[in-house]
Amino acid sequence: MGDYVRPSRLEEALSALARPHTVLAGGTDFYPARVGRTIDEDILDIGAIPALRGISSASTGWRLGATTTWSEMIEADLPPLFDGLKQAAREIGGRQIQNAGTLAGNLCNASPAADGVPCLLVLDADIEIASSTATRRVPLDQFITGVRRTALMPDELVVAIHVPRPAREARSAFLKLGARRYLVISIAMATATLEIADGHVAAARIAVGSCSAVAQRLVALEAALVGARLDRQLAARVDPTHLEPLSPIDDVRGSAGYRRESVLVLLRRLLAGFAP
Amino acid sequence: MKVAFTLNGTAATWSGPPVTRLAAALRDDLGLTGTKVGCDAGDCGACTVLLDARQVCSCLVAMGQVEGRSVETVEGLAGTDGTLALLQKSFLAHGAAQCGICTPGMLMAASELLREVPSPGRDEVEDALGGVLCRCTGYTKIVDAVLGAAQSMPMVAPSAGAAVGARLVRVDGHAKVTGRDMFGADGIPADALWIRVVRSPHARGRFTLGDLAPLRRRLAAVLTAADVPFNGFGIYPDIKDQPVLADGVVRYRGEAVLALVGERAAVLSIRDDEVPIAWAPEPPVLGIDAATAANAPLVQADRPKNLLLDGGVRHGDAAAAFAGCAAVAEGVFETAFVEHAYVEPEAGWAERVGDRIEIHVTTQTPYMDRDEIANVMRLRPENVRIVPTACGGGFGGKLDLSVQPLVGIAAWLLKRPVACVYTRSESMAATTKRHPARISAKFGCDFTGKLVACDVSATFDTGAYASWGPTVANRVPVHAMGPYAVPHVRTWGEAFFTNGPPAGAFRGFGVPQAAIAHEAIMDELADKLGIDRLEFRHRNALRAGDTTATGQVLAHSAGLAQCLEALRPHWRRAQDEAAAFNNKGDIRRRGVGIGCMWYGIGNTSMSNPSRMRIGLSPGGTLTLYSGAVDIGQGSNTIMTQIAADALGLPAAQFALVAGDTDLTADAGKTSASRQTFVSGRAAEAAGWDLRQQILRLANAGPDALLSLEGAKLTVRDGAEVRAIDLATTGTLTGEGTFDPPTTPLDANGQGIPYATYAFAAQIAEVEVDIELGTIKVLRIVAAHDVGRAINPTLVEGQIEGGIAQGLGLALMEEFLPGRTENLHDYLIPTIGDVPEIECILIEDRAPLGPSGAKGVGEPGLVPTAPAILGAVHYATGVRARRVPLLPHRLREALIKLQEGALKGTGA
Repeated sequence: MGDYVRPSRLEEALSALARPHTVLAGGTDFYPARVGRTIDEDILDIGAIPALRGISSASTGWRLGATTTWSEMIEADLPPLFDGLKQAAREIGGRQIQNAGTLAGNLCNASPAADGVPCLLVLDADIEIASSTATRRVPLDQFITGVRRTALMPDELVVAIHVPRPAREARSAFLKLGARRYLVISIAMATATLEIADGHVAAARIAVGSCSAVAQRLVALEAALVGARLDRQLAARVDPTHLEPLSPIDDVRGSAGYRRESVLVLLRRLLAGFAP
Repeated sequence: MKVAFTLNGTAATWSGPPVTRLAAALRDDLGLTGTKVGCDAGDCGACTVLLDARQVCSCLVAMGQVEGRSVETVEGLAGTDGTLALLQKSFLAHGAAQCGICTPGMLMAASELLREVPSPGRDEVEDALGGVLCRCTGYTKIVDAVLGAAQSMPMVAPSAGAAVGARLVRVDGHAKVTGRDMFGADGIPADALWIRVVRSPHARGRFTLGDLAPLRRRLAAVLTAADVPFNGFGIYPDIKDQPVLADGVVRYRGEAVLALVGERAAVLSIRDDEVPIAWAPEPPVLGIDAATAANAPLVQADRPKNLLLDGGVRHGDAAAAFAGCAAVAEGVFETAFVEHAYVEPEAGWAERVGDRIEIHVTTQTPYMDRDEIANVMRLRPENVRIVPTACGGGFGGKLDLSVQPLVGIAAWLLKRPVACVYTRSESMAATTKRHPARISAKFGCDFTGKLVACDVSATFDTGAYASWGPTVANRVPVHAMGPYAVPHVRTWGEAFFTNGPPAGAFRGFGVPQAAIAHEAIMDELADKLGIDRLEFRHRNALRAGDTTATGQVLAHSAGLAQCLEALRPHWRRAQDEAAAFNNKGDIRRRGVGIGCMWYGIGNTSMSNPSRMRIGLSPGGTLTLYSGAVDIGQGSNTIMTQIAADALGLPAAQFALVAGDTDLTADAGKTSASRQTFVSGRAAEAAGWDLRQQILRLANAGPDALLSLEGAKLTVRDGAEVRAIDLATTGTLTGEGTFDPPTTPLDANGQGIPYATYAFAAQIAEVEVDIELGTIKVLRIVAAHDVGRAINPTLVEGQIEGGIAQGLGLALMEEFLPGRTENLHDYLIPTIGDVPEIECILIEDRAPLGPSGAKGVGEPGLVPTAPAILGAVHYATGVRARRVPLLPHRLREALIKLQEGALKGTGA
């Protein structure tokens, strides 16, 4: 039987990581990987650390505590910038998973199908990482490095996710494609943040998940949107060449070709949905 | 670690490793087995509890996280005096619990919602319950129960003689809504040893075992093939081809190789790579084409050509008759392995009692289990006792042995109770599946739309072992022409072994696969002749007086035409609505489809008797002894209702002893939609028998009224009132048997395969997202000829649940060994996928059935996929040739269709 530590202070957690521990928070990825066998590894339970919890805002932006649950995200009083992340939160698992699963857990699990990742990418999120000796900030697109791989060192913990406050009015939206309602892993998903000035797109951030090892920003599409009028014609700016960063695969949920095609549909609908 | 928390409002403490799952602590240590475990992975929601008033999967919560918090489970819903909560009452009144394994999770999820939103809307109910899977109900009655929780709905309490036809609350319902029903994993003795089965990671190969002595030193036993007295089991007496433990050869991924027996923690701590097995994998034979290829390797050495069996029906001269047809349509249709996905994995435990073995297990068939265990263990059947636990869903998958021989042999050898509970992925990898089918169908009709000829060949992948393969291959040729009068018929069924999982019994025994084919062809013929699809079917529907392709005259109870007539107004409305929607030119298109079916009740041309007993004790206890296992469909209640009216006493006065092979008589298996018809008829006869004895004792006439108060039985015959003191009469026992009259089928498939048939037709309305290929089923209207609805609520429950499974078959379910062995990669419909369902019950009485009743267990599923696929064709022009019609498959077909249309116009 391994150790199980459940500190209430972040410092204790970080010092526990002087030797390897499996980090446990919402348990929604931890337990499914351990069905029908004894759990004997050393575990660091970070669920009782108030410093890791909750959402706060400052003039520069928002801090989303690492162990903020999807339900807390849904219920939080946040501007339309977060609408996409909230829509994703409602599509994650069922209510039970939303009540337990955490934002940072979704990132650290680093699944290609993590619904939270593209949403946080288009929020330009930085990941705040701490060890007992240092803290650092890593942009999300550098944090997740591959399928089930992150930049996190064994002695480090994700402390928070930081979302900068855009200079302008900003809104986001999210669309998920799955083969059933509820409890479904995405075949593909798309999300966008648009910064708006005078009825035009001043800046755009677009990301797609489940179509590459790590969710990808579509920078060419983003560039193509800047300056466009905020109306349903936005959708017409989506072009297949914009999908160049994606590398979808065939799997049980869908074919690569279908993913490519349906992502275009999702993106067009997503952008059309921004029209007033 | 010691954890102090609040459990159902009361202070509680628990000690143990803090990483222990809350679900395990509740069940194993705190004795609260009302919380069920379906997957241990957050995929099914059966273990849902409230943690600080929020619903969570208790399989995903560490006990270390529970300190100081509040946990609420199903056991806490009722008042301390036992008064049920309104929500629980509503579940009972609406029939929202069938097998009951998901019920605690559903109740807890709904409780979270109702505290915040006392009068929720349907969308809110779906959002709140979206994380709990149900495989029985189709969710319809669950949604109704949550929506109606605020209003109290009266519970029906029919008086003597009025039970049949009443919406009686299921007799085992109270236990299901309070969490007290005991399923396969719920009553395991604390001192039981555990089994973990080591399974083949390869679909085909050979293996040798290394030195097991080190493992045996850590465990109570390591069982191998050498420990199995007779190492072969199977459904048919002459086909015992599946080993309990593989003997050097494996034929499918997931096949049992070794059983590790020991203390639970010990067996769970041993990883597969610690078990010395030297594998020599071989290229597997996968799929029908591989199995039938020239020089295909044999799956079973003594089965030439990998053929399990074949056979068919010939009536008239189909080949010649096609020549004279005004329209002919044909096509080939393929289906996949489909997993039963009952929310309760296989579970049970055994105990040796002297020279007998007693096995408590979740099963659909205690008497077949008894005889099979006797055969495997080389015991006499009377030395085997099967005690069925509550069964958390079966659908055919719990007709084959699973844990029974393993726990039986281990308990026998070790003389200690031994338990085994499959994990979800083990359940999915190891147990039987629906047969993948390739069905070639060709039908022809005259210019008026009357069917003239049909030629259908159904080829099945029966997997590694025979299981129920012969049943499927026999049943399908009888049904493959559909529920229509066709004068010239040739049908053929054949099943081939492969290195896939054993394909066995699954709700419909191959008929749902065949229906996809014949219904698609009906649409095409109707379209070719410009006849409405419903009217085309109505024109050809089998009716009383018609002769079937097996030469059987349907004397009574062939209600397909009535079903179609009942659907006609819905069909017109749905088509009008779809046309109006489609005229808007949206990227979504709506369609309407129809599917018909017939289904022979009971075994095909084989004896399948049931025997039922009713006892009236000297103390006045009235007990129905029923060997028919209720797997959620409601036979406990149905048998009670039938017996009550036959006897003439209120259903509420019956106690029930069900399933236990020591206490009941053999009522056959719960399959083939046979319990209401066959066992129900036996229960009716038992009631009549007991009534006759009572009337004789009282010297009363046939219309006398009975009443029972304590040991006093009062018989009122007109003005005459006689009291019988049961203490002086001794125990009275009524007994009844029934075996539906059938005859064997000859070489041309001629004979009487079934005593009666169920008929049904369903309409599906769908909306297709043309750009994404996604399909939303908007509504189903289902008309079923059930002969007589003994309990309309339960009948609707069967239809609604069948529809949900039919929807899954059509749109999302595909078992791929090694790839979809869990409930997040293998998708079954959730509460958000199943549409509103309207059931129309047609009661064309079957004279042989109890009060005219037939079966309805399987029929609900059969027409659904054809109706949905027909609706997709209506909406898009795509005729699905392969199910499930996943979004990417529909999208590919749409592109092909568009390309074809462009070519056709020369563009």
